Amino acid sequence: MLRILHQIFRTGIVTEPLPPEVEKGVEVIGAKLEEAIMRRFRRSLTIRQVDAGSCNGCELEIHALNNPIYNCERFGIKFTASPRFADILLVTGPVSMNMEIALKRTYNATPSPKFVIAVGDCGCNGGIFGESYASLGGISKVIPVDIVIHGCPPPPTAILKGILKLME
Amino acid sequence: MSGLENVMVSLLKEDAKRDAGQYPLDVPLYHIPCERFVEAAKAMKNTGARLAAQWASDETLFRRGFGVFACYAKDSEYLIVKADLPENDPTFPSITKKFVPAYRFERQIKSLMGIEPTGHPDLRPWIKHEDWQKGVYPLRKSFDVKQPLKRIKGEYQFIKADGEGVYEIPVGPVHAGIIEPGHFRFQAVGEDIINLEEKLGYVHKGIEKRFETMSWMDGAKLAGRVSGDSTVAHSIAYCRAVEAISKTNPPERALWLRALMLERERIANHLGDLGAIANDAAFAFILYQFSRLKEHILRTNYKLFGHRFMMDKVIPGSVNVDLTSKGRDIILKELELFEKEFERLVIIYDENPSLEDRLRGTGILTSEKAKELCVVGFVARASGQNQDLRIQSPFPPYDRIIPKIRVLNSGDVHARAWVRIEEIRDSICIIREILNTLPDGNIVAGFNPPLPDRSGFAVVEGWRGETVYWVQSGPDSEINRCMVRDPSSVNWLALEEAIHGNIVPDFPLCNKSFNQSYSGNDL
Ligand code: SF4
Repeated sequence: MLRILHQIFRTGIVTEPLPPEVEKGVEVIGAKLEEAIMRRFRRSLTIRQVDAGSCNGCELEIHALNNPIYNCERFGIKFTASPRFADILLVTGPVSMNMEIALKRTYNATPSPKFVIAVGDCGCNGGIFGESYASLGGISKVIPVDIVIHGCPPPPTAILKGILKLME
Repeated sequence: MSGLENVMVSLLKEDAKRDAGQYPLDVPLYHIPCERFVEAAKAMKNTGARLAAQWASDETLFRRGFGVFACYAKDSEYLIVKADLPENDPTFPSITKKFVPAYRFERQIKSLMGIEPTGHPDLRPWIKHEDWQKGVYPLRKSFDVKQPLKRIKGEYQFIKADGEGVYEIPVGPVHAGIIEPGHFRFQAVGEDIINLEEKLGYVHKGIEKRFETMSWMDGAKLAGRVSGDSTVAHSIAYCRAVEAISKTNPPERALWLRALMLERERIANHLGDLGAIANDAAFAFILYQFSRLKEHILRTNYKLFGHRFMMDKVIPGSVNVDLTSKGRDIILKELELFEKEFERLVIIYDENPSLEDRLRGTGILTSEKAKELCVVGFVARASGQNQDLRIQSPFPPYDRIIPKIRVLNSGDVHARAWVRIEEIRDSICIIREILNTLPDGNIVAGFNPPLPDRSGFAVVEGWRGETVYWVQSGPDSEINRCMVRDPSSVNWLALEEAIHGNIVPDFPLCNKSFNQSYSGNDL
């Protein structure tokens, strides 16, 4: 136990301020953002992540949002297991033929108002996998998308930026 | 002639004909008559070899019908046998009864190439789901990729258990956490799992077919996205197969840099998984500490190689990023700090009794089962299998910088975690060695496409284990076939096995300790 406490104190708080361009975005949105989250989402924003066919690269970066350095919970962003509690669906991958139905069901199970963010080049337009017998292409081919975040995979800051942009 | 080759040739005599267009030469390919396929498998089994992969290729562009291949491995040897099949109504005898992994390989051959393994006990579709149009075989040349498929009504027949108190738990494809999709069907009594059946294929994106529309150079990008967490391992394996077939020799410095990236990928993924395992046993402290260390490694990757996961850095004949002497110093300094922090955390991990309680004796894969299922990578090493291709089939610099092999026998979650702790330690030493012996010079080698109708093979020990590629050039020197076998394609079966007799709440823990790839399996 002592070792654990020791390590905790030695590590301190490693959470970083956002990079300037994101930070500026936050400032610009400022009061508006806070108000929006307060009014629309009662202070917290709950995300359900859906992998609709990705290579798992995008998932690694979404995971990283939860590490202590990005610590997305400080913005009130939380990941949930059930679409029923979600405000936002964060969807990755080209939509595979075999995930099409599950993605639609997840979308339908999410209460309105809901937002969909397509993450990664694959989520935007099918990326390197394109459109084929097994890949239907970008997320918007299957469900309505509000915002896209490019990158292969987009780094955690880009994903955060995208989420904050949606709040505008 | 190697041992396996000897066995094959003395068994089949002039029925076994060596293919002259298969590279590298130490991985021979023999044509054998289809009716002797099972006999050959039996001989391989008796010598103690494992089945590494099984696949089919459409060779109608050469006017020769289809080929069915089985690749056997023992210690440092690989041997491929091929049965040539007619274009009309192709079938081959199933080897599932000899080798368990053939169970899924053959279902996949049937689903995607439309070649029937006769005598296979279970021909439910695999990867291709039950609601796909009947009679479509995407890997055939006659299949039009652009043609969207119609959905039909279909139901997958899961294995059912019945009796008093038996119930079923369906999980997925959309899981609770931030993970890839797949479906697990549990049959349970009370808390005890009596059977687990996996249904995968949800992230099938048609990768192998996609390769056939790409140039050899662009193929490396796709290989780097077969399984995003193993991008370095897959792109090296692809490039080595392409280099074999086209007789390209990358400069030494490029090979050293590839190994450097491969070891960094290993450390980053092992860290992530160790954290996740501890977290599933309710010890979140380790998750946050390890994910912090991992993040620093990814950032250094970005600084030095321009990408956090080092995607698209390995290309046929070369790597496209060099390391400056400043970069070298950055890595050495980082390692020093990292090593100290890591060792401190390992003590905490090791001394935690509640962690020990959850991890030891959970999800046991015995060494007999591991051998029978032909598992690879850290899963194999945690179950007593002495297998690491960096030692047994090394490419430079691993022929000079030799890793220590880490084998544990208990086969439980603890062993799968501890092997990886040891491997991180070892990777630190290897990276230091790589940097100390990094050859000077060029990193670029010219790359010329292969001649028509040749094939190339390569294996790489990625962080998950043996990653296999087999490529074949078509009549115009294009990609006729690119077979990908991620370690997950064999290791997934081992999870079904290891879970027997465990309780439902321990499933996430077991699953994390295997952490196999869905995307790499589904392709
Ligand atoms: S965008 Fe890139 S990292 Fe994300 S799923 Fe597609 S290939 Fe993988």
